[in-house]
Amino acid sequence: MTPHRWRNFVNGLMFGLTAACALATVCFLFWILGFLIWNGGRSLNLAFFTHLPKPPGETGGGMANAIIGSAQIVLIASLIGLPIGFLGGIYLAEFGSGAFPFFVRYTADLLNGVPSIVMGLFAYAIVVRPMHHFSAFAGSVALSVILIPTTIRTTEQFLRAVPQTLREGALALGANKWRAIATVVVPAAVRGVATGMILGIARIAGESAPLLFTSLGNDYWSTSLSQPTSALPLMIYKYAISPYADWHRQAWAAGLVLLALMLLLNVGARLVLSPGAPRN
Amino acid sequence: MAETVALLEPQTEEDFRPAFLDRLRNGDEVAHLVTLIFAAAILVIAALLVTELFGSSAEARHKFGWHFFFTSKWDPVAGQFGALPFIYGTVVTSAVALLISVPLGVGAAIFLSELAPPRISDSLTFIIELLAAVPSVIYGVLAMFALVPLLRDPIQPFLNRTLGFLPIFQGPSYGVGFLAAGVILAIMVVPFVISISRESLLAVPNEQREAALAVGATRWESTWQVVVPYARLGIIGSVFLALARALGETMAVTMVIGNTPQIVKSLFATGYTIPAVIANEFTEATEDLHLSALVELGLVLFLLTIIINGFARLMVLATTRRGTTHP
Repeated sequence: MTPHRWRNFVNGLMFGLTAACALATVCFLFWILGFLIWNGGRSLNLAFFTHLPKPPGETGGGMANAIIGSAQIVLIASLIGLPIGFLGGIYLAEFGSGAFPFFVRYTADLLNGVPSIVMGLFAYAIVVRPMHHFSAFAGSVALSVILIPTTIRTTEQFLRAVPQTLREGALALGANKWRAIATVVVPAAVRGVATGMILGIARIAGESAPLLFTSLGNDYWSTSLSQPTSALPLMIYKYAISPYADWHRQAWAAGLVLLALMLLLNVGARLVLSPGAPRN
Repeated sequence: MAETVALLEPQTEEDFRPAFLDRLRNGDEVAHLVTLIFAAAILVIAALLVTELFGSSAEARHKFGWHFFFTSKWDPVAGQFGALPFIYGTVVTSAVALLISVPLGVGAAIFLSELAPPRISDSLTFIIELLAAVPSVIYGVLAMFALVPLLRDPIQPFLNRTLGFLPIFQGPSYGVGFLAAGVILAIMVVPFVISISRESLLAVPNEQREAALAVGATRWESTWQVVVPYARLGIIGSVFLALARALGETMAVTMVIGNTPQIVKSLFATGYTIPAVIANEFTEATEDLHLSALVELGLVLFLLTIIINGFARLMVLATTRRGTTHP
């Protein structure tokens, strides 16, 4: 082979390989989806959504309490985490310049990378140990600690994307800085900020490691925030590692429900709310 | 000089006090202060996290000192805690994950940024980002019921027949073990490698590509010898971010690693990792020393990921000028 043809051959081969890499990665998602729909779809029934879990070894039952428990824990976590992240993000984007905001930003980025199980240890230390028992609230605290750094950074990012001229226009009309922020800047960025928040909620709704020793899990309805509470990801874990075939079946069903929720939130947030999308 | 200052001081205060009061009445200073307090919450959380992790692990740290990291006997009943098997398992599974995910991820990123038409590239990137949103417990379920049987039957015996002269591919194949954990970790971290590498590659100025092509390079030569080296810091940064993810990943690994605290050369053997032992033993630990040893493992994990992420952010920052500071 002449050097010229050899180089062309290498060119084609290597780009072919990179295409194969991309294709393989995309295939993983379809592999996951296919497996979950095949196994989970066969196992899903009405009882899954309406019944309590059965004792180990018995067939039937559902995860109604875990679905409600997940909603409860994620809701409280969002109520704690989103306002803190949102207001902190406003500070970083609108008031922040100098060393202190840089430090806050860097810390938020580092906290973002801390493994979620460490956040579980943290919530155990500050909530479970003083209260002397596991509770839904402790789980919410663990999840909110994960939610705050992502919310603060996405809020900042989308506020910064608002053109400077809009701020100047508001100030020129005589508005104060905070009025300009509240009535012009935030409304202009609201789609992006909401996208970031929904993605953050989707992320914490799928977390199980931080809940293992904070909300612990519960086979019955939990009636208050100070009781141990079950969550969907916890049930998937518990049922998947159990030796019972019927529990495996329900783990698949729960996995499908969780994944469907996750994809719905992600695709919905990105397609409908993203700032690039046409306004309706 | 002193006289000038004395003269100026009352004057400046006279000048600024009404302005400051005005701004306070308008709410600007209040808004500034309130948002600052919420931003500072991040620092409070970080400080609390560090003090709690150090405080709760004090007992184990004082009792075992540095020996904690170099002994391999983990016996809660006898009060003996050595972290070496968990550190070994974490390192081995993360190494397997990176060996698979880095070539795969960088290759895919090159395709997405250099070769694919923008529309195809964007939609593939969207799908890959969805992969990053799949909860880790779902990866665990898939690993248990889909990956482990595959490894047990065709894959591990095949590796043993063909590459069995290597100590890492010897021994009986159970399916669960270091290899299973490494492979599922690779699938989990590859989206992070791809999205950050792709961003770094896209940030390379077009003049670089054009100059290489103009002197007669093929597209691949321009990509491999000019574009990739230009973006190398960002790509290395993405590898570090993936490493930090892999080190701290809990659920999927716990479900397929086999949960045996042992140090074995073979990748087919079962093992244990730091997050897995915390997940399994923390609720069952009754002795204070046991809890304290587990928190110390959490502290190790925390410090490792902080250091790795710190480096990675700086590297990504150097190439894309995004990340922590804004232009």
